Amino acid sequence: MNEADINAMVQGHQVHRDVYVSDAVYRAEMKHLFANTWVFVGHDSQTPKKGDYITTQIGDQPVIQVRHSDDSIHVLYNRCPHKGTKIAIDRSGNTGKFFRCPYHAWSFKTNGCLLAIPLKKGYDGTGLDKTESAKGMKPVGAVKVYRGFVFARLAEDGIGFAEFFGDSLSSLDNLVDRSPEGRVEISGPPLRYMHKCNWKMLVENQTDTCHPMVAHESSAGTAINIYKEMGEPEPRPAAMQIIAPFMSPYEFFEGMGIRTWPNGHGHTGVNMSIHSDYDAIPDYFEAMCNTYGEDRAKEILDENRHNTIYFPNIMVKAPLQQIRNFIPLGPDKTLVESYVYRLVGAPEQLVAMSAMYNRMINAPTSIVGHDDLEMYERAQEGLHSDGLEWVNIQRLYQNDEDYSKEAVENGTTERQMRNQFDAWVRFMTSSMGNEPARAAAE
Amino acid sequence: MADLITRDEVVDFIYEEARMLDEGRFDDWLALWLQDGHYWMPLDYKQQDPVNETSLLWEDYFMLRLRVDRLNGERTFSQKPKSRCHHVIQRPFVDVFEPEEGRFETNTSMHYVETRLDEQQLLALTATHDLRLVDGSLRIANKKVELLNSDAAFGNIQLLP
Repeated sequence: MNEADINAMVQGHQVHRDVYVSDAVYRAEMKHLFANTWVFVGHDSQTPKKGDYITTQIGDQPVIQVRHSDDSIHVLYNRCPHKGTKIAIDRSGNTGKFFRCPYHAWSFKTNGCLLAIPLKKGYDGTGLDKTESAKGMKPVGAVKVYRGFVFARLAEDGIGFAEFFGDSLSSLDNLVDRSPEGRVEISGPPLRYMHKCNWKMLVENQTDTCHPMVAHESSAGTAINIYKEMGEPEPRPAAMQIIAPFMSPYEFFEGMGIRTWPNGHGHTGVNMSIHSDYDAIPDYFEAMCNTYGEDRAKEILDENRHNTIYFPNIMVKAPLQQIRNFIPLGPDKTLVESYVYRLVGAPEQLVAMSAMYNRMINAPTSIVGHDDLEMYERAQEGLHSDGLEWVNIQRLYQNDEDYSKEAVENGTTERQMRNQFDAWVRFMTSSMGNEPARAAAE
Repeated sequence: MADLITRDEVVDFIYEEARMLDEGRFDDWLALWLQDGHYWMPLDYKQQDPVNETSLLWEDYFMLRLRVDRLNGERTFSQKPKSRCHHVIQRPFVDVFEPEEGRFETNTSMHYVETRLDEQQLLALTATHDLRLVDGSLRIANKKVELLNSDAAFGNIQLLP
């Protein structure tokens, strides 16, 4: 894979199917795209105490997020610098003051620095101290904790956090601002849903507003039919708030609007969204007013962004305090982890609503999830057809689209998918030659 | 005095429910439910709170009916072709047996197999049934299904254990 190969796969209005099915492209993504971009790791409330850690992946790289003795968050490669053994394999735990490899008892401080090696005199005069192994567990290139959310860049050098995300951070801000105390905490483990499809299909689907009324007719349309048969009782069943809006007409989704930001970020629901018509939760607005004043509280709560893509691979749903992490395991295999956060200082009913949305929409047992996964898997298989090698992303395409500028468009545009591929090409190729990334150079 | 229900009848009810699901008689299965019941499938091993943490399922009667109606829908593409399931159940323990109150609770270990196209998955689980006697018939008041590997990553689970 070289720069010319990558460039040839993206033509603005269409992309070559190899971006979804090729093993070589997948390996290049892991080596370049997931190293050069800022990737979601976890939340600081998952590691609240010194020595607390979680294990996860950045692309295909196993990493540990850990709370160090000075309370800072570190992200380390999850491998012993001796023989490569994973240091921790449970999804979360507390390691105390240091990590200890279970194979030969090399031990490391919780910032990764080598602490001790048994029978160390065996290395006297061998030059171990001049090797990478003697430094300890290797940290990733850079870490940023933004309002509790932990992101990392694997590459030592590259684009900065603020420049990479820019104004897209407003969605994460809105998620956290919805807490009267300006703080959220993890609420329980994530749903873990295995998809036999490419990770980018999932990311693209988050801003695909022409599929809900079609693919989800079986769940949302059936819900509406049952509700009508029942005589439309009030209060509405929970599913009528959460699932039924998926059947909204095309005009509704057109009116929602889509905003794109540079570097592949963007969101649906600029003007309103399928989350705008939820029942009010008692005492919440009052708690928000007490903190922010009525005007600011209204401003925060009137922002009902639907799905925000933080390129490359997470979706943030601010009005419901959710993050979905699309973890690539292969060209045709993606693990989706869907998290719910609790708004500190807000009534419990809010986290109950988020948990309900999560299990109704994002679970392997969710009927809405079944609708989507069926389409992804059919696409993953269908793309092997040699009848046509290109995937169309042309809806409301304009020849002169400039993805380096923020834009707000009709809510059914596929501009955000094109925006992602613009970023994809740049961050795939920026470390293939010697030239710096275009975004980093700007 | 009317005849009181026996332990065997409670046990038979659990077998009959599994058979309905295996034979795809979902409307009959739905009719077993009391309308204020919940079907709970925890996400976390030994999870205590079904409401404020995510579960795999915490479904009220509306959701269960939606699930059943959807299975028969014309445009339910994930059920074209349809899934099939198979329960192998161990004889249920009757943990609560209060015939005068019409209250019963069973605990049943089972292996649940679901298949569609070339895929087949096996789940080991424990089902807890909270049953009530209503007008002479046993009904499901609540059901909890604890998967042995509830915290594992799954593909679609489209039918119900």
